[in-house]
Amino acid sequence: MKSRLGKARLRVPKKARRGDVIEIRVMVEHPMESGFRHDNVGKLVPRHIATDFYCRYNGREVFRAILHPAVSTNPYFSFYLVAQETGELVFSWADDRGGTVTETAQLTVS
Amino acid sequence: MRDYEGMSRKVNALARVGHPPKSPNRRRALQALAAGACLLLVRPAAATREQLDAALRETFGTRLMSRERVKLKLPLLAESGNVVPVTVSVDSPMTEVDHVTEIHLFAEKNNLPRVLSVQLGPWNGKAVVKSRIRLAESQQVLAVAVMNDGSLYSAVADVEVTTSSCG
Repeated sequence: MKSRLGKARLRVPKKARRGDVIEIRVMVEHPMESGFRHDNVGKLVPRHIATDFYCRYNGREVFRAILHPAVSTNPYFSFYLVAQETGELVFSWADDRGGTVTETAQLTVS
Repeated sequence: MRDYEGMSRKVNALARVGHPPKSPNRRRALQALAAGACLLLVRPAAATREQLDAALRETFGTRLMSRERVKLKLPLLAESGNVVPVTVSVDSPMTEVDHVTEIHLFAEKNNLPRVLSVQLGPWNGKAVVKSRIRLAESQQVLAVAVMNDGSLYSAVADVEVTTSSCG
């Protein structure tokens, strides 16, 4: 069955001062079908969840999450990061049907 | 007088049609049936305390955890179990020598007790993670933080769920 992993949305500050602790907020469109739900004719809806999420800052992994069926539809995360140098933040999700989505954001550190 | 009697007979007859007399037996039978239906709907899939313990053993072995340093923020009352905002913060300087490496969330009465696991490091600056989770019913949620020296800290929070989810 086809993956229903959708678009990713990022809320990342564009600029920060070196040493600042910045908040990163991300969300990805995903039904997060738990595999415990029945449809309107009583048939069990097969599980379909996003399982992995990571964030890399200039190539180094700075956040990773392992998701289980109890994470809500359209998984959302907020976490913090120390702004160290100007560079690229890469956000990537993977689901249990082989779907992946990757988004990047630029962070300028002064 | 006669009219009144006739009317009251009619009213009584209507009452009998609308609401057949309820015997205590019938009521009890219905209650048992309803309870049974609820059990059938909720019970078989819900995780048990044993399943939670098994998951904890699998993740942390027999290491002891102390109830400090972790703050688990959840609403006291969740309108919908489908989207429950959660914030876990750990009191840690997040330095190279003293930082949080992992945070795990568990919900014992969900179908699967594991909810979410995240990995952090000193580069995060502060150990605060927010997300949105599902809770199948009113229950206690457990957050466990793993420090870089391997020590474990935890916190619990009770959530009252009005509309359950199938998490």
